Amino acid sequence: MPKVTELLINGVKYSVDVDAGASLLSVLRDDLDLTGSKYGCGEGQCGACTVLIGGSPRRSCITPVGEAARKPITTIEGLERDGRLHPVQQAFLDEDVMQCGYCTSGMIMTTVGLLTIHPDPSDDVIAHHLEGHICRCGTYPRIIAAVRRAAKSLHEVRS
Amino acid sequence: MNTAIEPERYELTAEPIYHFELRRRDFFKALGGGIAVFCLLDRSFAGQESGRARHGFNEPLPQEISAWLHIGENGEVTVYTGKVEVGQNIRSSLTQAVAEELSVEPGFVRMLMGDTDHVPFDMGTFGSRTTPTMNPQLRRAAAAARETLIALAAEAWKTDPAKLTAANGAVTDPDSKRSASFAELAKGRELAKAIPAEDPLTPATQWKIMGKPLGKVTGRDIVTGRHRYPSDIKLPGMLYGKVLRPPAFGATLTSFDAHDAEQFPGVTVVHDGNFAGVVAPNPRIAQSALAALKATWNSPPPKTSSTLLYEYLKKNAGPAEERAGSTTGSIEQGLAQASRRLRQTYTVAYIAHAPLEPRAAVAEWKDGKLSVWTGTQRPFGVRSELAETFRLAEDHVRVVMPDMGSGYGGKHSGEAAVEAARLAQAAHRPVKLVWTREEEFTWAYFRPAGVIEVSAGIASDGAITAWEFHNYNSGAAAIGTPYNIPSQRIQFHPVDSPLRQGSYRSLAATANHFARESFMDELAHLAKMDPLEFRLKNLTDARFRAALEAAAEKFGWGKSQPRPGHGFGIAGGFDKGGYVATCAEVAVEPSARQVRVVRVVTAFDCGAVVNPDGLRNQIEGANNMGLGGALFEAIEFENGRILNPHFAQYRVPRFSDAPAIEVVLIDRKDVPSAGAGETPIVGIAPAVGNAIFAASGQRQRALPMAPKGV
Repeated sequence: MPKVTELLINGVKYSVDVDAGASLLSVLRDDLDLTGSKYGCGEGQCGACTVLIGGSPRRSCITPVGEAARKPITTIEGLERDGRLHPVQQAFLDEDVMQCGYCTSGMIMTTVGLLTIHPDPSDDVIAHHLEGHICRCGTYPRIIAAVRRAAKSLHEVRS
Repeated sequence: MNTAIEPERYELTAEPIYHFELRRRDFFKALGGGIAVFCLLDRSFAGQESGRARHGFNEPLPQEISAWLHIGENGEVTVYTGKVEVGQNIRSSLTQAVAEELSVEPGFVRMLMGDTDHVPFDMGTFGSRTTPTMNPQLRRAAAAARETLIALAAEAWKTDPAKLTAANGAVTDPDSKRSASFAELAKGRELAKAIPAEDPLTPATQWKIMGKPLGKVTGRDIVTGRHRYPSDIKLPGMLYGKVLRPPAFGATLTSFDAHDAEQFPGVTVVHDGNFAGVVAPNPRIAQSALAALKATWNSPPPKTSSTLLYEYLKKNAGPAEERAGSTTGSIEQGLAQASRRLRQTYTVAYIAHAPLEPRAAVAEWKDGKLSVWTGTQRPFGVRSELAETFRLAEDHVRVVMPDMGSGYGGKHSGEAAVEAARLAQAAHRPVKLVWTREEEFTWAYFRPAGVIEVSAGIASDGAITAWEFHNYNSGAAAIGTPYNIPSQRIQFHPVDSPLRQGSYRSLAATANHFARESFMDELAHLAKMDPLEFRLKNLTDARFRAALEAAAEKFGWGKSQPRPGHGFGIAGGFDKGGYVATCAEVAVEPSARQVRVVRVVTAFDCGAVVNPDGLRNQIEGANNMGLGGALFEAIEFENGRILNPHFAQYRVPRFSDAPAIEVVLIDRKDVPSAGAGETPIVGIAPAVGNAIFAASGQRQRALPMAPKGV
């Protein structure tokens, strides 16, 4: 099997030595100790493992690492800049969304991707894009409120 | 729950102080100097909160101590408790409790939770017990610490302690304007104080920090991905484990061949009785080695399947357990007084907790001592399991519980911890084991399935004259009726369950409320009365009435008619000190046979509210989680196997299922605070079922109600 030897994650080049067919989530978590992306199902059904590949939300648990090589990967660890939270992270805090918080990083990554293509999404559009994410604690209304808040604050940053 | 100690029980306060004095030096050696306050337990609590470990020897401190608080020489306030954070946000609400009585900002307080080497024994975090028990205990400890600091300042300044105040981490004399920080006061001290359980507390009407919203105190670590859940723990030199699972429940290993698996680099195969597993340098190799194991199994004949389940439960019921005070009057006479009678049967499927973080553990053996980091609601329970399994003294086992990815009553046991420890023992290295989603769906335990039979009679004015209620297998929580009925017979019938079953958020209160409140709706229609009016006619409990009326008012019950295809439903009840009422609006699309819950209003009274926004979050979440068991969730099984162990097959609520939820908090500042993690879940299923009937005329008597539409 072909090997992957380098990954570009959060703007940093990481040296690895893994089979191209290994799951990206496993490489992130087990080889690189980037544990902010979570294992929830391993089947692309819950969204807890979501990262951005080339800016688009992807389920890292069912993405072979070979597909992510040579593309910029963003994980939850890469959103904070110089101690300042990304507006989506801040919005999740401001809406006090979290109960256990295990789904949060995946929700945030999909929201970051969503707001780049839909800067002002309706509640239906938000729900549609997050439908593949599970929050067992049931904080869905607060997540939608956080996405709306993040959209607003990103809009203010732009204008 | 009565929190007072009777006078003749004052020996409780004396005896542990004696034990404690023996240990004080060790304690301060471990924590550094300063001021420590120990909470002593009322023995009436000890049964659950402190209880007794199965191996009660070598305990580092007397078990009558439930928590302690330490103010270090640097002024840091650290609280040590065996309660754990699983998403109910007690890390925040307990922080508020300490901050309130110590008069410091919440940011001053650090909570050390669920590490068995560093916190006093605790039975576990379940039963909505943290707020009614640990919260007041920590408040007492904080109040005692405040008084100690004030006394130290008064002594130093040769002044009357009564005129000194403590605020913002310092004691101040308003007359002389002198001030000393907690750090200055604690410096060079080794002062310990043990407090009885009945020290006075600040009344809810005077709270400054409790009663106000406080966000998740670890929120920033979670949104940045920094927080380490149990499955994120990594130790130096750590290897990865996998466990070989039998093809069916109860199967025994008849032959085992590890030759192929052992060819993988760095793999250790472990085979011990019925247990087999592999350890490898990374999880991918572990998976390949696991797949290369050759094993044959002998499976016992299955007891039943999900399709035959309810007949099985009825046929195999054991002798009925009378609940205390549950039989009153005469059913026969009550029925004779009735003008109408009704009898119905309700069923409840097995469901899975499906916490988003599956069971996980990292185990390390070092110098004869076993340490395990794992996700559990019972760190001390898991410590006992490990001590028993590996024949160790309890003080040779440490269990650490990092705030985990939820449990909902499903993580009271230590399977992954025991498995990881056995693998690590064989590999002579630390081992991490994370269950797959399929393993979590199959090898954890389930919320019990059940059959509930209800019969009743009503008089011509709508008064219920007789009530008979039989629960088969699902459980006895909240089995009694809150309505005023002169003749009652209420029984729980245990069954030898075909699947491994156990606790779930609210236990059987969900099933019993579903049956009771659906049946109340049926009786209301039989009496030709409005369902709310019918309930109130048969109800005198003031707090339950107030909850029903508050939910109805916010919802606009009786004020408007539902749109075509829509229906309104109401339901409520009480359990674990909390009163809940839920109104729901559903839309039923007859051609597609689809149900959508449009709108939910839940009123909740759990006494004085500690953290209003945290409470709202719990109530919203309970409604959304409860929708799963109400509408879709059911474990299917046949031939000793689970047929739907994946999220693609086992449907849990998602964004598109979530209704608009309005919460009404009934803040009873005159009543001690009760827990709120569970009871808000019990209203949603019957409210939705009753609303489906109102919309479609189809009565729902089985949970889930709409696995494939109605």
